[in-house]
Amino acid sequence: MLYLKQLNRICELNLRHSRRLSHAHQLKADVKHRQIDKVLIANRGEIACRVMRTAKKLGIRTVAVYSDADKNAVHVEMADEAFNIGPAPATQSYLNKSKILDVAKKSNSQAIHPGYGFLSENVEFCEQCTSEDIIFIGPPTSAIRDMGIKSTSKAIMSSAGVPIVKGYHGEEQSIEKLQAEAQRIGFPIMIKAVRGGGGKGMRIAMTQSEFLQQLESAKRESLKSFGDDNMLLEQYITDPRHVEVQPGLSEETRQALGEAAVRAARAVGYVGAGTVEFILHRVTHDFHFMEMNTRLQVEHPITEMITGTDLVEWQLRVAAGEPLPLSQEQIVRRGHAVECRVYAEEPGAGFLPRAGTLHRLVQPQPEEHVRVETGVRESQEVSVHYDPMIAKLVVWGRDRNEALAKTRAKLSEYQVAGLETNVNFLLRLSGNPAFVAGDVHTAFIPQHEEALFQRPSAARQSARALSAAIGHLLMTQKNNTANKSSKGIDVGPSAWRPNYQLKKTISLKLDDKEMKVTVEYIKLNEYRVQVDGGAWQQVEASLSGDARGVRLTTTVDGERRTVGLLAHQNQIHVYDEDGQTVAELPQADFRGGGAEVASTNSASSPTPGVLERILVSQGDKVVKGQPLFVVIAMKMEYVVRSTRDGVVASLAAVKPGDAVGKGAEVVLLEPEN
Amino acid sequence: MLRLFRGAQRLSGQCRRYSQATIIGSEPDRNDPTFQENKAKMDELVDELRQKTSDVIHGGSEDAVRRHTARGKLLVRDRISRLVDEGSDVLELSTLAATDLYKGQVPGAGIVTAVGKVHGQDCMIVANDSTVKGGTYFPMTIKKHLRAQAIAQECRLPCVYLVDSGGAHLPDQADVFPDREHFGRIFYNQANMSAEGIPQISVVMGSCTAGGAYIPSMSDESIIVKNQGTIFLAGPPLVKAATGEVVSAEELGGADLHCRQSGVTDHYAQNDEHALLLARNVVANLNCNSDRAVQIRAPQVDEPIYDIEDIHGIVNANLQRPYDVRELVARIVDGSRFHEFKELYGDTLVCGFASIYGHPVGVIGNNGVLLSESALKGAHFIQLCAARKIPLLFLQNINGFNVGREAEAGGIAKNGAKMVTAVSCFKGPKITVLVGGSFGAGNYGMCGRAYSPSFLYMWPNARISVMGGPQAATVLSLVSKGKAEREGKPWTDEDERKVRAPLEEKFEKEGRPYYSTARIWDDGILAPKDTRKVIGLSLSAALNAPFKESKFGIFRM
Repeated sequence: MLYLKQLNRICELNLRHSRRLSHAHQLKADVKHRQIDKVLIANRGEIACRVMRTAKKLGIRTVAVYSDADKNAVHVEMADEAFNIGPAPATQSYLNKSKILDVAKKSNSQAIHPGYGFLSENVEFCEQCTSEDIIFIGPPTSAIRDMGIKSTSKAIMSSAGVPIVKGYHGEEQSIEKLQAEAQRIGFPIMIKAVRGGGGKGMRIAMTQSEFLQQLESAKRESLKSFGDDNMLLEQYITDPRHVEVQPGLSEETRQALGEAAVRAARAVGYVGAGTVEFILHRVTHDFHFMEMNTRLQVEHPITEMITGTDLVEWQLRVAAGEPLPLSQEQIVRRGHAVECRVYAEEPGAGFLPRAGTLHRLVQPQPEEHVRVETGVRESQEVSVHYDPMIAKLVVWGRDRNEALAKTRAKLSEYQVAGLETNVNFLLRLSGNPAFVAGDVHTAFIPQHEEALFQRPSAARQSARALSAAIGHLLMTQKNNTANKSSKGIDVGPSAWRPNYQLKKTISLKLDDKEMKVTVEYIKLNEYRVQVDGGAWQQVEASLSGDARGVRLTTTVDGERRTVGLLAHQNQIHVYDEDGQTVAELPQADFRGGGAEVASTNSASSPTPGVLERILVSQGDKVVKGQPLFVVIAMKMEYVVRSTRDGVVASLAAVKPGDAVGKGAEVVLLEPEN
Repeated sequence: MLRLFRGAQRLSGQCRRYSQATIIGSEPDRNDPTFQENKAKMDELVDELRQKTSDVIHGGSEDAVRRHTARGKLLVRDRISRLVDEGSDVLELSTLAATDLYKGQVPGAGIVTAVGKVHGQDCMIVANDSTVKGGTYFPMTIKKHLRAQAIAQECRLPCVYLVDSGGAHLPDQADVFPDREHFGRIFYNQANMSAEGIPQISVVMGSCTAGGAYIPSMSDESIIVKNQGTIFLAGPPLVKAATGEVVSAEELGGADLHCRQSGVTDHYAQNDEHALLLARNVVANLNCNSDRAVQIRAPQVDEPIYDIEDIHGIVNANLQRPYDVRELVARIVDGSRFHEFKELYGDTLVCGFASIYGHPVGVIGNNGVLLSESALKGAHFIQLCAARKIPLLFLQNINGFNVGREAEAGGIAKNGAKMVTAVSCFKGPKITVLVGGSFGAGNYGMCGRAYSPSFLYMWPNARISVMGGPQAATVLSLVSKGKAEREGKPWTDEDERKVRAPLEEKFEKEGRPYYSTARIWDDGILAPKDTRKVIGLSLSAALNAPFKESKFGIFRM
C-alpha cells in the first residue's frame, strides 16, 4: 500500500505530460474581469512559495498564513504579510476555513489561492469564499463537488461520452447487490472505498470465491480510515494496468486523450486548472477515465517546462477574468521533463515518513532547465504535522534519456543530514534500465524490488568506508588548524613519527555493517589504507569545499574520485553518484559528562533541613528522576529524585515540618529483583 | 627532468642571493661509486633503525598486549595519537631507551615520552606502557621520565601524564628509589613546575599505586577512567595484610571514590577515549596564549632546494672520510640559504645564519678538527647569537681539537676553552645533532650532552667516545709496550694484537648510537632525512619558553 503511494508519483511523473495538455481547454475566460492586487495563499511549503513567486512577478501582493509550527517557515518570510492561524495540527490551522477567511478579509485580499491539498478541493470552503465575495482560485463549487465523489464523477463522465471502466457505483450497498454486480462486471475485480484514497480501502478479488473475504477486508479498512464503508466496484484490468509513457504515445492517442479531458471538463462546467487522469492500456492504448483533480497538480511544473508556460500565472489571470494567454493550437510541446519529489522518508522501511531537523540541506542550484521547488531551508524542521516533502526537483531535457541523466546528476548534488530521504531511491529508480526504457507501471516497485533496494556491492561499500575514514581524519585535522591558532613553529604537520609510521584504525558502521579501516600515514595527505582486512591501497587525499559543502578527492591506486562529505554528530556522510551513505563512528556521546548517578534503594536528605513535602505514597510506582520529597535548608529547596525506576516500599516516620538530618532516609524503594 | 627542475629552482634562488642570503650546496653525482656505496651503507643503517623501532613500538609481549586491549584500554601510542591534534607530528623521544640493558627486554623502558601539540599547544606527554612489565619503573624508566620533565621545565611545556604503572620495579629498588635522580624526583619536579606556572595534568588510566599515587595527587588537574584507573597508597593485598580489611581495587581507589569522596581526581571518564577528550579540554583551558614568548608564523617557508635524501650518498659511513658540512646545511635550512660568518677564517668550523621553518638559527658545523682559529670563531659566533637571541644548531662531526706542539704553543687549550665557555654559558635554545663522530673535547666544544643542549639527537652512523677505538688502542698498546720494555720482556705482534683487539671492540660497541640511546645519553636516533623536521619540532618546543639572557664567564685571553 505504501508502494502505491510511491507508484502514483512515478506514474504522474510520466503521465502528467499527456494529461496536462488538456489544461488549456479547461481554462475558460467566461468570468467578468476583476482586478486582483492582493492574494492570500492558503497553503504552506513549496507550493505556497511557488504561487508567491508568480504573484510577485505579476505585481500582486502576497499574504501568507501560518501555523505555530511554521513561524519561521520560508513561505512566511517570502510573503508581504503573514498571519498566524493557529496551532500546528492542520485541522486547527491550514484547514481552519473561518480563520483563513477572516485573514483574507482583514488583509483585504481579493483572492485565495488554495495550492494543492488542504482546502483546495473543499466544497464548503469554495462556497464560503464565494459568499464572502472572495475569489477562490479554482473551479466552481459544483465542479469540485461532482468530481469529488467517484461514483458521481463516473456517472457524469459516462453520460458525457468519456470512456469509463466498467463498474458499479450505486447507492445500494447490500452484500447481495455488490456480489451480483461483481458477477455482472466479471473477475478479477477491484473493490474500492467510495471515499478512499492512497490505496486505503482497496482490494482486488481475483475470483468469485475470494470476493466476500476481500470485500469485508476493504470495508473494515475503509471504516477505520474514512468512517464510511460504502464501496464501488470496478473491472480490474490486469494486463493493461501498465501506464504508458511519452515515447510510446502516438499523436492520435494524445489528441484523443486531450479531447476526452475537455469533454470531461465541459461536463462539469469546469473553470481553472485541473487534471483529468486516465488509465491506459499498454498495447491497445485504449483508455478509461479514472478521476479528475480539481486543482493545481503537484506535478504542474512538468507541463510548464515542456510548454514554456506559467500555470499559476494563467490561474491568476483567469481568476481575474482575463482570457487565456494562449489557445491550445498555440501551445508547443517541447522536450521532456522529469519531476522528483524529494521526501523525508525511509524507502527501505516501506517509505515511512520521517520528521525532524534538517541539520544540513544542500540542494542543486536552480538553472535554466532545473527547477528546485522547495519550502524549507537548512536547520529547519520537517514537521510531523504535514507532508514530509523537502523539495520537487524538476529537470528538462531534449528527450527522456537526457532528462533522466540530468535528473540523476542533480539528485546526486543533494546533501541532507538529520533525516532519512528518498534521494538514493530516486537515483536508483531513475537509473533503472526498465524505468529509463519507459516500461513503467503501477507494480513497478514491487516488480523491481530487488534491483531498487539492492545492497551496494562490497567493493563500493569499502570505497565509501575509505572515503569516510580518510575524510573524517582530514576534517578533524582541518578543524584543529582552522579553529585554533597553532602556537610555535609550523613545520607543516604530516602525522610524522620518528622512524615509524602512525597507524590508526577507525571503526565505522555502514548500513549496519561494522567495518574497520586501518590507515597508515605516509606523509601529508598520503596514506596506505586497508579496509576490513582487504588489500592495502595507496591513497592520496585532499579536501576542498565551499558553502555548498566539503569535497574529498582521493586517488586510490591511481584511480581518482571526488565525493561530497559531511560530518554530522558522530556520522560521516559520503555523497557519490548513488546518493548518500552514512558511516557511523562509534564515538559514544560523552555529553553530560561521566558518572552515572549510583542507583540506590533509599532516597535520603542531602542536607540537614526541614522536610517540606513528600510527593509519593507507599506502593507508588516511580520512575528514575521522579521527585520523591522536598527538603528546605538555608532558605533553599532541595528536590530529592528517584535514582531508578521502582516501587515505593515504605516512607520514614517523618512528616512535613519535621527536621531531618543529612543522610536521613525518607523514602525506601522495594529492592530490585 | 628532476635536475632541470632543480636547476630552475636554483636559478631563481640565485636571483635572490643579492637581497637575501647565499644559496649553498651542490647537486651530487648520483652515479659516482662512492655516492652509491655511501647510500647503500646509510640505507642499511636506516633500515636497521626502523626495524629496531618497529620491534619496540609493539610494546610488551603479545599476551600482555592482548590482555591490555581486552580490557578496553588503548595502547600507549594510540592514547598519544588521540590526545594530540589529528594529523599533527609527534616528537617521540628516546624510543629505543633500555635496549639490551635488562634481563628480558624492557622495550622503550616501558614509557613513552613525546612532545605533541594539543589544541595547537606543544605539550610534554609522559605515558606509561603497562604492557611492558606492568609499566613499572626500571632505572632507565626513571631516567626517561626525568629527562622529559627536564625538557618540559626548560621549555615551559605543559605536562600531561598518562598514568598506567605498577610503581617501582621492586627487584631494582636500590637503583630507582633512594638517590637524588630517582623516583622521588618526579614529584619534586611536578611541585616545582607547578610553582613556575607550568601546568601538570594527569590522566589515570590504570594503576597509580604507592608512590605512583602522587602523580595525580600532585597534578594541577586530574582525570580518572572508570573501572580502569585506581589510586591508592597501598593496594588491596597490602591493606588486607595490614588491617585485615577486604576491599576491591575499585572500591579502594577507583574513579567513583576519587571523584565523589576523596577529591583526589577532578574529572570522571567513561573510558580511555573519553579521558583523552577531557585531557584535550583541560589543555584548551590552560590559557597558554598569554605567556608564549615567540609566535612564529612565517608567511611562506621555502623548503631546502636540495634533496635531503641525497645525504645518504654524501655522508660517508666511514667517519674518516670527510665531506663538506655545507652540503648537509644546504639540505636542512630554508631555501638552502646560508649567510656564512668568517668563511675564510678557521675554516674547519663552519658558522653562519640561516632559518628553519621561518625561524632564524645559528648553525655551527664541523669540517675537520678544531684549530685555535676555529675555536675562536666559534666562541665569537655563539656570542653573536646570544646577543641576537638566535637559537643554535650544532652539527657535530668532530674528532677533537688539534694536537701537537705547535697547536699547544698556539694556545689551543685556552682557545678551545673559550669555545667551551661560550657553549656552556649560552642559555638560549641549543640543538645538537651528532651527524658523525663525537670524540674527546670536540664533544664539549660542539655542545655534547654535558652542555645541556635543549635536545640532542644522533644519526645511525654516529659514534661517541672519549677518543676513537684505534687511537685508544694505540695509546694502550704504547703504554703496555713501554711497560714490557721497562721490565725487559719481549713485545710481540701477538701481544700487540691482544692488547688492541678487546679495546677496539669495546670502543666500537660502546660508541654505537644504540648503546648511547639505550642509556639516554641522547634524546633519540633519527634518520638523516628527518633532520629538518626534528629540528623544527625541537625548536618549536624550545621556543615555548622565553629566550634566556646569557652571561659569559671569563674568556682566557
